Amino acid sequence: MSMIIAQDVHKSFGSNHVLRGISLEVARGEVMCLVGPSGSGKSTFLRCINHLEKINSGRITVNGTLIGYREHNGKIYELKAREAAAQRSEIGMVFQRFNLFPHMTALQNVTAGLIRVKGVNQSEADAEGKALLERVGLADKFEHYPAHLSGGQQQRVAIARSLAMKPSLMLFDEPTSALDPELVGEVLDVMRELAASGMTMIVVTHELGFAREVADSLVFMDGGIVVESGEPAQVLGNPQQERTKSFLSKVL
Amino acid sequence: MVQSTNHEPIKAVPLRHPIRWAVALFLVLLSVAFVVDASHRSAYDWKSFRKYVFDHRVIQAAGITLALTALSMFFAILLGISLAVMRRSPNPVFRITSWVFIWAFRGTPVYVQLVFWGLLSTIYHSLFIGIPDVHYHNFYLGFHQAISQSFSLFWIAVIGLSLNEAAYMAEIVRAGLLSVDSGQEEAASALGMSWWTTMRYVVIPQAMRIIIPPTGNEVVSMLKTTSLVTAVPLVTDLYARTRDISAETYNPIPLLLVASAWYLFFTTLLMIVQHYVEKRFARGHTTMIAMAS
Repeated sequence: MSMIIAQDVHKSFGSNHVLRGISLEVARGEVMCLVGPSGSGKSTFLRCINHLEKINSGRITVNGTLIGYREHNGKIYELKAREAAAQRSEIGMVFQRFNLFPHMTALQNVTAGLIRVKGVNQSEADAEGKALLERVGLADKFEHYPAHLSGGQQQRVAIARSLAMKPSLMLFDEPTSALDPELVGEVLDVMRELAASGMTMIVVTHELGFAREVADSLVFMDGGIVVESGEPAQVLGNPQQERTKSFLSKVL
Repeated sequence: MVQSTNHEPIKAVPLRHPIRWAVALFLVLLSVAFVVDASHRSAYDWKSFRKYVFDHRVIQAAGITLALTALSMFFAILLGISLAVMRRSPNPVFRITSWVFIWAFRGTPVYVQLVFWGLLSTIYHSLFIGIPDVHYHNFYLGFHQAISQSFSLFWIAVIGLSLNEAAYMAEIVRAGLLSVDSGQEEAASALGMSWWTTMRYVVIPQAMRIIIPPTGNEVVSMLKTTSLVTAVPLVTDLYARTRDISAETYNPIPLLLVASAWYLFFTTLLMIVQHYVEKRFARGHTTMIAMAS
């Protein structure tokens, strides 16, 4: 069974109908890339998966559990804040603008979730946090504050911070879009390693090279719907839909 | 060829500021004239000033004023942070409660509020928590307390001052919370942090840098606002006490000077403290930069 199932997801901000019926499935260990023009709803959809945005209709399940709600006898109940938080702690999220905590060192950023959410004690959390920062190539930056790390280093700390919660799924919201071009590679390397380790990942990205090389599936979204999806080589190399063709002709 | 000359330090003739000097000289002369005149002027009565400035009643009253300031600010800061956080709560009951509190206490003069608190025992004779009208002779189903016996005037003044100040502190804290990027809250909730954990460990610490300087200003302001507690009527603070003494001596001016001297002394102390608190924040900032290099 698929790990993530989205069925006919709709989302509006006031009168702005952003998602107009998204249905897709992601298998365990799959890496899916979402591409499309800005305003197509890809980031919004990603934020719906961990309930940072409430959906208006449809269903999203992760590991067979409905996200944000509980269904009982055909009725939908809102989750308590604590239950929604528990669901989010199992889904990692990496933001375009990193959103590191500026008043904490790199290590404190990584251990914050362990200590404040999971209740792990300081020394255990530090050991885990150091191991994770080593994994993303920042063994010498434990005590650095975010303001003194490059964008690429900050984003790698952010990835380590998410991994600390031992998520079963990682969401990436344009993780390289805010980076200087020469720093994109180091972040993509970490993501490549993560994909190879078997992590389930949904990546909103404009890095089509990365998508072609690493993704198992590629979804092209436009105007709040899935226009075309399939294997990356196929969608990128031989698009079937006019809208996909015109988008790719502009970015490739 | 050009390079060799560039290495020499520039020795330029400094710009002259004749008008600046003239104005400064004029102001110095004016101040000297004022001080010389004031030291001779009989209305100031410096002999009485010297007699009363360290009078034990005055020192005691200065202590009361300090205690009023410290206690009122302490409660106002606690309540102000709570109100500001409540304004941001996902719970509408908290949001509306906080809004109404700020609306009422910021919207009326502190002097009027203090008069009201002083009249509390006239408006409400007693506090009763329980089921009303169910009693056997004098035994009620509940807790009963006469209000006039419950609070001293000092504590009524503290309550009045802190509730008013809390409304202002809430706005200061709110501005601090608003200065924190919304991405911070998103990142914290994506980690599974609860709303309160997010506030406590992510948002409030970042807001403190914005909150602390205006809070220092509020402390100085509170020190002077305590002179209004006469509305309660509490008459043991610095201003009321010096006014009482002058009513005996028929000589108000030297005692106004005594009160002013003490207020100035305290505000000067507070300004020094505030300077160091802010410097400490700036230092936290610069050590971070130093670490990177």
